[in-house]
Formats: sequence, structure tokens, C-alpha cells
Amino acid sequence: MEPSSLPPRLDLTGITKRFPGVLANDHVGFAVRPGEIHALLGENGAGKSTLVKMIYGIMQPDAGEIAWNGQRVTIANPKAARKLGIGMVFQHFSLFEAMTVLENIALGMDASIPARALEAKILSVMGQYGLKLDPHRIVSTLSVGERQRIEIVRALLLNPKLLIMDEPTSVLTPQEVDQLFVVLRQLASEGCSILYISHKLHEIKALCDSATILRGGKLVDTCDPKVETSRSMAEKMIGGSLKDIQRNADRSFGPDKLVVKALSLTPPGAFAVALREISFSVRAGEIFGIAGVAGNGQNSLLLALSGEEVAPDHGAVVVNGDAVGGLAAKERRLKGMASVPEERNGHAAVPTFSLTDNAVLTARDRLGMVRAGLIDARAARTYAGEVIEAFSVKATGPGAAAESLSGGNLQKYIMGREILQKPQVLVVSQPTWGVDAGAAAAIHQALVDLAATGSAIVVISQDLDELLSLCDTLAVINEGRLSAPMKVADANIEEIGLLMGGIHGEGGSAHAA
Amino acid sequence: MRLKLEKRPEPSIAMQVLTPILSVVATMFIGMIVFDLLGIDGFRAVVDIFLTPLLASYKWQDVAVKAAPLIIIALGLSVGNRAQVWNIGAEGQYIIGALCAAGVGIAFGPVGGFFVVLLMILAGMLGGGAWAAVPAVLRTRFNVNEILSSLMLTYVAAQVLSYLVGGPWKDPNGRNFPATAPLQPDQTLPILVPGTTIHLGVLIALVLPFVFWLVMSRAVFGYQVRVVGSSPQAARHGGFDSRRTIMSTLIIGGAMAGLAGALELTGALKAINLGFPSGYGFSAIIVSFLGRLNPIGCLIAGIVLAVTYVGGQVAQTTVHIPNATAGIFQAMMLFMILASDILIRYRVRLVASAKPQTVAGE
Repeated sequence: MEPSSLPPRLDLTGITKRFPGVLANDHVGFAVRPGEIHALLGENGAGKSTLVKMIYGIMQPDAGEIAWNGQRVTIANPKAARKLGIGMVFQHFSLFEAMTVLENIALGMDASIPARALEAKILSVMGQYGLKLDPHRIVSTLSVGERQRIEIVRALLLNPKLLIMDEPTSVLTPQEVDQLFVVLRQLASEGCSILYISHKLHEIKALCDSATILRGGKLVDTCDPKVETSRSMAEKMIGGSLKDIQRNADRSFGPDKLVVKALSLTPPGAFAVALREISFSVRAGEIFGIAGVAGNGQNSLLLALSGEEVAPDHGAVVVNGDAVGGLAAKERRLKGMASVPEERNGHAAVPTFSLTDNAVLTARDRLGMVRAGLIDARAARTYAGEVIEAFSVKATGPGAAAESLSGGNLQKYIMGREILQKPQVLVVSQPTWGVDAGAAAAIHQALVDLAATGSAIVVISQDLDELLSLCDTLAVINEGRLSAPMKVADANIEEIGLLMGGIHGEGGSAHAA
Repeated sequence: MRLKLEKRPEPSIAMQVLTPILSVVATMFIGMIVFDLLGIDGFRAVVDIFLTPLLASYKWQDVAVKAAPLIIIALGLSVGNRAQVWNIGAEGQYIIGALCAAGVGIAFGPVGGFFVVLLMILAGMLGGGAWAAVPAVLRTRFNVNEILSSLMLTYVAAQVLSYLVGGPWKDPNGRNFPATAPLQPDQTLPILVPGTTIHLGVLIALVLPFVFWLVMSRAVFGYQVRVVGSSPQAARHGGFDSRRTIMSTLIIGGAMAGLAGALELTGALKAINLGFPSGYGFSAIIVSFLGRLNPIGCLIAGIVLAVTYVGGQVAQTTVHIPNATAGIFQAMMLFMILASDILIRYRVRLVASAKPQTVAGE
């Protein structure tokens, strides 16, 4: 069969979608051939999600045409999309933690199939693609990679002709990524088209046949990723040249600023991960990275360091020589410990509050914004303005509501709010999660600059590339335990991957299958 | 053509001010239609309930005296509502506040004067606060829903009242009616405008909104309450203790209701009988929402609700509709304000109807 003689599996022309105040997609058009792995590339806010939602029938385009195998179609809803043969694996899974794999898949089916027949079907699909998963395991006991396999199996059961994968590797270990790529290549060789959404350029180079790049809702280019370099694609994506991190090559570290000694803590909540005997120390000027797959205790660690959860042992956390383990967030901040949690909306910032009011949240005591129990609104506004200015935050001003900012701009604001307080120790989680490349570069540079002034920085991230380019020292967290630290300069990716997998890795799923 | 709800980029400030006004107008309009359908002169009923109390100057004192407790209770409830704490037992806290004030008065016997009255009022606040502390502790220690516990305690409070006025505190000269003896004249609040019923409590109800406004919009405490209500996790990140905040907002709500009860006793009614609980504690919930949880808004909304109370009595005699009609109007206002909340975050747009949809694959 000669692929070029067939009409494209999916052909978009002039797709336009407008939201109040923003043109999310502006006459976007491209085609996906049968059996092609096609990347959809773009920064956050470039319009990838909107476009995909229209293909999957969640939204309707304001203008433009969608053709499926050469025939013009209107995809009214996801059910209609599935009926055509379009499957989708979302970035955020919709699984019930307390139910088994089989039950979760059964719940997502449009047709009702007897459990036994479904199980046989699931096992045959899994056998065909080498996906290891026990249908009777409870979802809450599965790793993120295994959960993703449920979503993939769920999509494959419908024999899709087009599979949409939204940022599938953001939560996987390097080994799990390799396994996923094997499955995707096999699917493509059988004629299933794949629309692969990502911003990780080396993955796209390794996997995809062609790439469509979006920027600001407009189509920039459809190119061959095998010919392009990662840098050329990145520059098309951000529409400018990429800045490298500027740092002093022969930097040296001062005395220990943050010492964590055998920190054990069980935060409340059914799905919180307990921390077990975590020990590490960070020197002045050092950036210490903590790698790991999501859900291995990163959230608990951030809460335990920020003081939102108080440690049972006062000496377990030491800042600048002072034990702070028994102190709460407010007191630790006064000792020079600042933090930025992963979730911007509703944790690091109050979405409905103005930027000025959000400045008060963490800066009020360190910067003297409170006098006689009253908030000095002018001081708060001035500080918010300084942060906006220093970190080039795109906002209408200090009065703008936090939720009105894009993810990248809000993150820059939050990082700036902490960094301009000149903390002795800064702990950040996922500093560039969902942030566009331009903002990510600015945030990385700000962290490097803060370290250069003699602060100690801890970066908790699931993005290994980020940690490798940013940190001096690296450790891996798995099931609430922290590995021995290693120098990034001598780090071995293979070994880090194995540490990230921990007992969650192949050993765990193999015996279950 | 069809109507479409479209999310606003930012909440509309104009709508935050407009929706309470629209709600009142819509309530009047719908009320008019409903009464006409029932064969009653709807226009006359609405005019009597909403306008006569404002136009007839001899009704103003009634409006002021009724507005005072509504405003004071609503101020306290708004603090809790801002923290997402739903105290609907203000009626009970109001009763207990009045009983505590009466208890102090009885304990002092014939002695009166400034300090005794002050003590009565403080006892009222303390009692109301203590009554609200029960749901507060249950909520923060045992995660018991404060909506249920505070409401149930209202019925307990009513039973305490009927026990006291029918038993230990029954007026020996009261011809066996279940009521306390009238307060000593110097155990009551001074009248501000001679020849009217306007007492000191009315002035307190006028001043307190500005105090609450200052605390809620400028003080760290007000900020803390707003953060806890908006996102508890962010509150924790900012170093605020949600539990303690929830506790204090409930107790403030109770103390304000208790204050209203004490002022009502010492300023307006002078004695407690079985009819003392008049529903102010429940109507104040409407005041709080109609006032957009804003202290100055509560002041205005309290007056609006008081107007409907007074107007309800007017309409009773003019168009012969039951006094409960005012309650229907009040409830309708609450419905309208809650329903119109959506206009703050969304706008309604008229759009051309979409092309007939051909469903894929069919």
C-alpha cells in the first residue's frame, strides 16, 4: 500500500477558535497521514490543547474544516470522535484510585461489555503491544507509568485510527519513556496515526516523522524533526533566539546553609507519601536538585521544608545554624527560609486575589508590610510592582488578579516574590512546570543568580533535563526516601533512571503481570 | 439566536454592586405578578411592602429599630462566610445573648446604671460567642459540619428560653404569662431621639459596619479570613492557621448575634417572652448575602430587609395579606442574589445559533 495515494487520515484547514480576549487558534491547518507519528509542538498557551480539544470533539471550531479520511466531518462530542476512531490519552488521568484496572476501563467504555469478555480483550491488547499490567490491581497501588498504560489500553481497545497523546512523558522515568516509544512505533507501523503533543524536543526528534509548530495560536511551520536541530525547533517555537544560562564556571560553595537530618514525617491525608529518614545538606551558593517520578514524596518534602508541616524533631531541619524543624511557615520565613510549592493557583497564590494581595501572603513579615495589625497597602503595592518590573511579568499591574495571568507569568511573579526577599534558603518545586520556554529560561537564570549571591537553593523537579542543566548536586527521591547525593558533573542518566524507578520499576510490575 | 454564558476575564466589579440591586428589583417585579395571579392587588402590595416604610416618615423609627439587630448579626455572619464558614444558628446565639443579658440584669436586681447595662451587653456577647463556640470546637476538632450543629443548637436555645421564662425567671406579677419581668428603667439603653423608639443600639449598628470594614479590608485578620476562605492551602503556605481562623470567625459571629440579642432586650423589648425569637438570626443570613459579605453592604441590606419587615405589617392592614408575605419576599431576594452571582464571573451574550450539527459517523 502506497501511503501517499491515500487521503490524509486527518486534514485540518483554517481552524479558528476565539475565546474572550484571545485568539486561541488562527487559521491553523495541517495533515496527518495514515501511520504517521506527527508532533504538535508549542509553548504553553500556543493553542495546542484547544486544537486537540476540537479534534476530539470537546470544543467546536468557530471556523475551518476537519476532514477525516478525505471526508469533511463535524465532531460533535468525544463519543462521536471515538466512533470515528480517534482515541486520546490525556495528560491528567481520569482514574478512580480505589478501583481496579479492569473496573476503571469498564467505566470508560461507551458500549457495555461483560467483564469477562472485556478482560480477555484487555489481555489480548496488552499481549499484542507488550504492555504489562495486572487488570485486577487497585489503581492507587500503581505507579504513574502504569496508570498511563491503563489510559493507553483504554484507548487501544477501540482500535483507534488516530491516537492523540498529550504530553505523555512528563511523568515517566527515562526507561518508561523508552518502553512507551516502542509501543507507539508498533502502533504506527500497523497504520494507526499518532498526534504527539510535547515540548521535549529530543523526544520529538527520536520519535516523530513530522512536526507542526504553533506559536500564539498561529501555525509557524510543519517540518521534519529528523532534519531540524533541537535548537532550531525551539527557536521556531518561542519565535526568538534561545538564551543559555549564564553562570560562573569556577564557582565555589560556602558553609552549609540548609541541613536536613533524618527527617521523617507522615503528612495527613490518605494519599500523602510519608518521608523516611531524609538527610542532605546544601551549601551557600549551591543548587541542589531532587529528581523523582511524581507522587514519591515531593509534595510532602516541600511541606516539611517550608514549615507547612512541622517536623516532629526540632533539629531535623537547620537553617543557617538555627534548628527550625519545630517552627511553622511564618517563623521559618523570618529565619530566611522561602519556598515555592508546585501548585501555583491555590497554594503559592490565591487565584482571586490581586498581585498586591498575593505579595502580602509571604512577604508581609520579612518586608515589614504590617504595622499595628494593619496591612500597609502601599508597601505591598510597591513591592508587587518591583517584582513585576524585575521579572518582566506580563500583567496589567499590581491590581491584576493572579488568575488572570498566564501560567508562566504567574510563576515568574511567584518566584520573583520569593527571590526579591533575598532568602538564605529557597526551596522550589517544579519551578518551570507548564511554563513556556522563555519564562523557564528567565526563572532558571534568576535561580542561578540568587545562588551566586550566596543563598542555598533546593529544586524539586520531575524534569530531569531541567535538573541536569541547573543543579550542582542531585539526589533522587523514591517512595519518601532520598538517595545519596551525586555531583551533576559525574551523574549517570542510566543510574538516575533506575533510582527514579526504585522498586516501582520493572521489578514491581513484572511480578504482578 | 440563543443565549450563551461567557466567562469574563476578570470578575465584574460593576456586577458585584449591581446584582443586589437587580435582585431587589426582580423580587418586586415577580412578587407583583404572583400576587396579581393570586387575585390580590400586586402593585399595591409591593408598594406597601417596599416603599411605604420609606415614604411615611412615622415608619422610619420602626425601620431603624428593626434594621439594627439585622445589621449587627449580618456583620458577624459575613466574617464567617468570608472564611467559608456557614453559621446558620445566629438565631440561637441571639436568644442566648439576650438571656445572658437578662440574667445579669436579674442578678443585679433593682441596681442599674451605665456599668450594669455595659455588663449586660458584654454578657450577651459572651453568651452568644460561647453558644457559637460549640459548633466551632466540633468543626475544628471533630470535623462536624457547622451548618447542622449551629442550626440544631438554635432549637436548644429556644428550649432554654422557654424553660427560663416559664420557670425560674417568670415575672411574679405577670398574670402567669411566660415572660420575664420588665427590666428596671435604668437597666435599659438610652433613647437617642426623644419621642421615638430609636435607642443606642441603632447608633451601634450604624458605627459597627465601619469598624468591620476597617478590620476586614485593612487588618491582617481580615486578610487572613479572606485567604482561609479562598484557598486553605495558600493560607497554610502564608503561615495562617486555618483552624484557629475558623474558630474565631464562628465565635465572632456568635458574639455579634449575642450583642444584637442583648441590645434588643435592653433597647427595644425590655422583657423576654416566648415571642422573643423573631427570626432576625435567619433573616441576617439574607442581609449578609444581599450585602455581598461587605460590611457597608450589610448596613444597606439590613435597612432593605427591615423595610420589608415593616412593610409586611403595613400590607397586612392595607391589602390584607398575611404577615408571612414579607418572609416570602425576603426568601425570594436570597434566591435572586444567589442566582445572579453567576453574572459576576460570566456575561450573557446573544449569539447566532450554530449551524445544524451533523454528528460524525452518522
